[in-house]
Amino acid sequence: MKLEMKDSPGQLVAALKPISEVGGNIIAVIHQRDEKAEGDVLGVQIVLELQEQRLGELLSLIKSQGVNVLRLGKERLLYKQTMIMIGHIMHTDLGDTVDRIDCTGFAEVTELTMVMPAINEPSSARLVIKAVNKADMEQALGILRGVAKEKNLLVIEPLEATG
Amino acid sequence: MKIAILGMGSVGRGLLEMIDGKELGLMVTGIADSKSALMDSDGIHIEEVLMAKRERGYCGDKSLSAADVVERCDYDVLVEVTPTDADSGEPATGFMKTAIGRGKHVVTSNKGPIALHFSTLQSLARKHGVVIRYEATVGGAIPVMHTLEHGLAGNRVLAVYGILNGTSNFILTRMAAEGLTYEQALLEAREMGYAEADPTYDVKGIDAAIKLVILSNTIWKRNVKLSDVTITGIDMLTNDALRLAEEQHCTIRLIAEAIPEKGILRVAPRILPRTHPLVVENTLNAITIDTDMAGEITLIGKGAGSRETASACIGDLLFIKDSHARGN
Repeated sequence: MKLEMKDSPGQLVAALKPISEVGGNIIAVIHQRDEKAEGDVLGVQIVLELQEQRLGELLSLIKSQGVNVLRLGKERLLYKQTMIMIGHIMHTDLGDTVDRIDCTGFAEVTELTMVMPAINEPSSARLVIKAVNKADMEQALGILRGVAKEKNLLVIEPLEATG
Repeated sequence: MKIAILGMGSVGRGLLEMIDGKELGLMVTGIADSKSALMDSDGIHIEEVLMAKRERGYCGDKSLSAADVVERCDYDVLVEVTPTDADSGEPATGFMKTAIGRGKHVVTSNKGPIALHFSTLQSLARKHGVVIRYEATVGGAIPVMHTLEHGLAGNRVLAVYGILNGTSNFILTRMAAEGLTYEQALLEAREMGYAEADPTYDVKGIDAAIKLVILSNTIWKRNVKLSDVTITGIDMLTNDALRLAEEQHCTIRLIAEAIPEKGILRVAPRILPRTHPLVVENTLNAITIDTDMAGEITLIGKGAGSRETASACIGDLLFIKDSHARGN
């Protein structure tokens, strides 16, 4: 989120304090003096992890500190994993393979790069899966393993289960 | 200390050459190959035996066999370096049991008996007040067993990960570096002498899984078997898959992995960042041990070879000489 606050002592702390109060986790604080900003107003960008239902509470807490929330960007799927699949990926209904992950609601296939050397030869694909959290990623991986077994595809997983 | 050696393949010959060339305080009193054997309680002239083996193809007296050496020869330690039979572990296991029954220590590079009969052999050895050491069975020259037993003593081991098969690592290295197909890389491995005529054990992940069983049973003593390991080999890999990994600054390696807390015991090709400590090239082996106190320790070294395996066996022999053998 991007915040706007007075450029005076204690303002940044006042803006950050409510985040821990609602159980949020601050990932990064980007504090840049914008030349275009008017006089004593300071722009700050904060990246944080927070349960979605507590967002409203956080926003009103920040506002009550006299800080303006300028922009709010949401990224729901924070965990990313890359795997590689080998086999007859296309002819075993690639659409279905991807759907089985996407339909969970907590994980999605967000990228797919595929190489098909020749008919009847196994194809190779790199796919990026994003999930809400680590546990959901494990579950999505479990689904993919099951689909791969059913369709006789080889799935190569990263060594670290979730990176 | 007197030792008897069973097996005169590349490991046995390498071991004899090293013992002959170094002043280690080891006297060879018995040697057997698949066709013959010889014994001399005053010490065998190693150079003559090596020459005999080279010239006529067998080492000693054809009326004697390995069993005679095991049962009758005067030795403190039996060094069992015959080829692995991963299905039965015989005849090596029988020889080891006989030696232990005679109150002799055992050093081996033979994976079969250790993977199949670890707990039986260990309890038999304890009963007779001797030790059985098998450093050479996992990771070739890498002193992983000594590290676990001594260097990391007192640590709780949480997980082990490793590249335990040099042949498959060579194939993957070549596929990634030169864009070779699996078949081309396998052919090259054969030409270099890294792969057997039948590469099944290496490329299907079975050899790595056997070593994972040995490591797991050494660390956690849960008596796991080869059939408990989920195994996927590298024979289905395409060079496209390696390229797709390399595009993301990653590569693919055959990783053996044991994490008892999560119930994981598997061998499978995995994606790793190129900068990962386990990403070693060609026939090298690498083992990461994750522990509660020391954190992660990674050992890298040559996983096979005559002198390298001899190094592991001699390490075991000198350990026994220093700490167990009577009268040295």
